[in-house]
Amino acid sequence: MFANGAAPRRVVVTGMGMVCPLGLGVEHVWKRLIAGESGISAIQSFDTKDLPARIAGQVPSGTRETGGLDLAEWIPVKDQKKMDRFIQLAIVAATEAVEDSGWRPEDEEGRCATGVMIGSGIGGLQTIYEASLTVASGRAKRLSPFFIPSALINLASGHVSIKYGFKGPNHSAVTACATGVHALGDAARLIALGDADVMVAGGAEAAISELGMAGFCASRALSTGYNDTPQQASRPWDEGRDGFVMGEGAGVMVLEELEHAKRRGAKIYGEVVGYGMSGDAHHITAPSDTGDGAFRSMRAALKSAGVAPAEVQYVNAHGTSTPLGDDLELGAVERLWGGDAGKLAMSSTKSAIGHLLGAAGAVEGIFSVLAIRDAVAPPTLNLENPSRESAIDRVAKQAQPRRIEVALSNSFGFGGTNASIVFRGAP
Amino acid sequence: MSDTAEKVKKIVVEHLGVEEAKVTEDASFIDDLGADSLDTVELVMAFEEAFGVEIPDDAAEKITTVKEAIAYIDSQKAA
Repeated sequence: MFANGAAPRRVVVTGMGMVCPLGLGVEHVWKRLIAGESGISAIQSFDTKDLPARIAGQVPSGTRETGGLDLAEWIPVKDQKKMDRFIQLAIVAATEAVEDSGWRPEDEEGRCATGVMIGSGIGGLQTIYEASLTVASGRAKRLSPFFIPSALINLASGHVSIKYGFKGPNHSAVTACATGVHALGDAARLIALGDADVMVAGGAEAAISELGMAGFCASRALSTGYNDTPQQASRPWDEGRDGFVMGEGAGVMVLEELEHAKRRGAKIYGEVVGYGMSGDAHHITAPSDTGDGAFRSMRAALKSAGVAPAEVQYVNAHGTSTPLGDDLELGAVERLWGGDAGKLAMSSTKSAIGHLLGAAGAVEGIFSVLAIRDAVAPPTLNLENPSRESAIDRVAKQAQPRRIEVALSNSFGFGGTNASIVFRGAP
Repeated sequence: MSDTAEKVKKIVVEHLGVEEAKVTEDASFIDDLGADSLDTVELVMAFEEAFGVEIPDDAAEKITTVKEAIAYIDSQKAA
């Protein structure tokens, strides 16, 4: 399978696109994130009175120019009904990323060397919910012919490939909250191993619905104590944290083989230098009680990067603001960094946008690349009283200027799946 | 224009997102109005809903233009 003897190729980031609770557009969102703004608010799109959690990170409406979402600017109205919201958000982020990269293959060879790998944790939940109501009311024959393709997770990749004529590998990662990192990492591997020269990769999620909220409430994962002060609800590592805040959105990168990018004179944001994965083999929803899965995932990523912990200056934590998970991840980072922990900055940007589930790793990967580019660590909002002390600077409340050469981003998911990705500045 | 024709055209405009002027009686859903096979399935379902008629699959397959839709619906309403 890999017996052709070719050495792995280097992979760089040449385009980025994002829509999230802080708005639409990478630079717009990044500015707000560094300014310490929050995208968490009360849920408006449906009645939440029967739910213990009534807040979320929702994509603001507006125009592209003002950093908000108006779907009509991105997707023809007649096509919108053929896709669940998670696919719509994926198309928005992918469009920004592809435009940003300037990559529009003009020949068949270029199109066949360009693939798509956009995943989702949950997929078309609202679409499935509505279709179920139709069937339950005895109207099975009235089901839309677009129901199945609207709900399927890999249709995000499908739509993006159709829109741009990208005929290379067409794939999707589906690993709950680790999806985004798996998508970026697996796509980078496809390029490194020669399956593609360019991959449009990332994650999308739109689970702020009655069923999605009720489901995560039932598994006791969401914050319920801050319904009246939504912007304070996501507080990773703070002793007052009580669960994660649901978020929606999409993040997409254009990943490209280094020489391919150089030949066409592409703008290069940074390089994907390492990627690691692990499984907890412990519990369906709870992390392993030693943080061992997180530890091994990060260690594998650093090993593949050929980078020692001391060479990493910033970690974008999974840090969802759950009582159990945050300190386990912190412990795993402390153990891996050892005596160098005191030089490390680690923040959780979920404090500002909530947990975007399958999109989280992709959005946070973009933040990590920008942290290197702009030499600044984004803040962990609401970190007033850490539940325990640590040598690691968790960038409480305010962004910090920092020289960052290498950044690592973590994403962990239900099922005990862990993924870590390592970025370096443009070569 | 008959009531049926007017209603059919309105449904076509809404579902296919095309300009009203393009929805002539001879217009083919797929060749002229940019529909794909799933669009036509959905269109037939919309006709069924709007006119309270049932259009079986073998009949639906033969409805490829605006005119054919109008004729089929009128024949069912008359029956």
